[in-house]
Amino acid sequence: MSLSNRHLLGLNGVPKEDIQLILDTATTFREVLERPIKKVPTLQGKTIVNLFYEDSTRTRISFELAQKRLSADTINFSTSTSSVKKGETFKDTVRNIEAMKVDMIVVRHKSAGVPQYLTRISKANIINAGDGLHEHPTQGLLDMYSIKERLGKLEGLKVCIVGDIAHSRVALSNIFGLKSMGAVVSVCGPATMIPLEIASLGVKIFTNIDEALAKNDVLNVLRIQLERNAGTRIPSLREYHKYFGITSERIEKFNKEIVILHPGPINRGVELSSEVADGPYQVILDQVTNGVAVRMAVLYLLGTMH
Amino acid sequence: MKIILKQVLVLHPEQKLNQKSDLLINNGIIEKINGLNEADFKSSKVFDLDNKICSPGFFDMHVHLREPGREDEETVETGSNAAAAGGFTGVACMPNTDPNIDSAEIVRFIKEKAKEHLVDVYPVAAATLARKGEALSPMYELFEAGAVAFSDDGVAIKNAGVLRNALEYSLNFGTPIIEHCEDESMADGVMNEGLISTTLGLPGVPKVAEDLVVIRDIMLAEFTGGKVHIAHISSKKSVELVRQAKKNKINVTAEVTPHHFSLTDDLLKSYDTNYKMNPPLRTRADAEAMIEGLKDGTIDCIASDHAPHAIEEKEMEFIFAPNGIIGLETELSLVMSDLVHKKHLTISQVIEKMAINPRKILNIPIPQIKIGEVANLTIFDPNLIWTVDINKFKSKAKNSPFDKRLMTGKSIAVVNKGKMFFEDKFTAI
Repeated sequence: MSLSNRHLLGLNGVPKEDIQLILDTATTFREVLERPIKKVPTLQGKTIVNLFYEDSTRTRISFELAQKRLSADTINFSTSTSSVKKGETFKDTVRNIEAMKVDMIVVRHKSAGVPQYLTRISKANIINAGDGLHEHPTQGLLDMYSIKERLGKLEGLKVCIVGDIAHSRVALSNIFGLKSMGAVVSVCGPATMIPLEIASLGVKIFTNIDEALAKNDVLNVLRIQLERNAGTRIPSLREYHKYFGITSERIEKFNKEIVILHPGPINRGVELSSEVADGPYQVILDQVTNGVAVRMAVLYLLGTMH
Repeated sequence: MKIILKQVLVLHPEQKLNQKSDLLINNGIIEKINGLNEADFKSSKVFDLDNKICSPGFFDMHVHLREPGREDEETVETGSNAAAAGGFTGVACMPNTDPNIDSAEIVRFIKEKAKEHLVDVYPVAAATLARKGEALSPMYELFEAGAVAFSDDGVAIKNAGVLRNALEYSLNFGTPIIEHCEDESMADGVMNEGLISTTLGLPGVPKVAEDLVVIRDIMLAEFTGGKVHIAHISSKKSVELVRQAKKNKINVTAEVTPHHFSLTDDLLKSYDTNYKMNPPLRTRADAEAMIEGLKDGTIDCIASDHAPHAIEEKEMEFIFAPNGIIGLETELSLVMSDLVHKKHLTISQVIEKMAINPRKILNIPIPQIKIGEVANLTIFDPNLIWTVDINKFKSKAKNSPFDKRLMTGKSIAVVNKGKMFFEDKFTAI
């Protein structure tokens, strides 16, 4: 079995079989992560560049760890330590890196479409680690893995993504991936944070957070990103918390099982109360562990393709 | 030197000309129309133009020539060469140069640069100093130096009070204000806002950002009696607003670019920066509204918004790449391929929209095909099939999304100011 595409640019258009294969492979690696020696020789001799044009801590660490666990050679490149500041174009930077003979590029960038552009200027396998407001496919995959780990399936589950949908790359990857796996996907948030025509993607819109809680099995709660100008679309974080924040009182009203995901880092007291962030419903730290396994699976499947 | 355009179909809707004729041009002046004798043929260079059309020279009222300031992207000369190759004998160039065209010296500088060229170049001057939207530019002086219109193109005139003053002040000399209609407070995106921008994760600019300024400008045109010309209209609602304004006899005109009737926002799925322009490519419904607007006369003319950019600037991450594409050398072909051959417009209507109306809007005399007149002509073949090759463009720039596209219809030659451009070269005639 192998994937149908030699790059992972997003989950839009990725067939169910591919997602299934990644999740199944991740299960194997998840088990490796529990061993005393957590390293396998699978990608020995492969060179992977982590090309990060935007700040990231956990995604970069997670990818790097996954690469090391697979015995690949890893190089980190981020804007602060590169010649980008000296005015080199993106294309020249990539060509230079390419000339050093790399096999895979993991890329994060402010601009949507950069991973796709990379496939035109590089021969390496490209993995999108987040492009602008577009996609973050490994996050979508690890979210699906974590949901499945907790609830045993994805098909038929009702999953609601909560928060600033318009300025989130996690939202689109979740929408495309979950729909492909047969889940029923909805979004909820202030209307200023819901992108135009999202319903055309086959997504229901909840205007009220209590209704979203009542009618879903899973909530994937996004971070309110003040660095993405969220402040112009809501009056205050206080008001956001009051009307859209997930609190124990809100959850307990419905007396039901619910799974809470959050891609991190959490703004405690904004999108999640501390009680919820540390409580029994959340799988937030499982997501982080699973993230390494899912990224190992993606790197392995792409790195061993012929 | 004498030339004969033999058996060419002469079309001039304003003069009601529509017949195959022989034209004898001597030293750039039309000397004879038909009734040519053997001696004429013997003493002239003869162009056999059966199945070709001869019209008054085409005019593109919205081009960026980048001079002064960005001569690495385009110059008055290379832009004029591109215009000649595309079938144009006249262009109006926009003021967002560096420095802006906001002083009489710069108007004269551009006119001087263009003086010897076949293509007439008419500067559009900035409506406000440095296009900042604050103080009026010396409009009267600019007009006297040769500016044919005023615009802060790149942006709309920000402030309604300033636009009112610009419209009223220009009443004294009759020039239009050309408006790039976009509400800046809603315009921090890189493509049309809608399903495609949502799917691609690219920040969008809503159509209403255009509509808001169109309606403001129409109301100020009505209030002041001044002339507003809407540049590169792109939204369906804006076309409807102009249609209603014209019914109400308000002084408003509009242009559309070929890309806004030929292309739609779903092409952005490739993240190809050659589809990044402002106004952005809109939806299929909008593109169809552009065609309807052209058909019923709501949209007066077609203009390229020719926007040359250096290769390294356009070859960039999508959100950082500059807006705009070059258009002079594909414009006529897109009009033929997508409007004429699809039976939306007749060739006579095309001549109105590409030769007659732009000059009327800018108060420039319309070339007459008449004995004793300067020959200012475009000769084109509406059926010639060719493939676009950006490496053969006369423009310095190559930022065109139409590379390798098969087109139907092409300019064969242009004649103006005693010069001819034919088979890739200029000759004195």
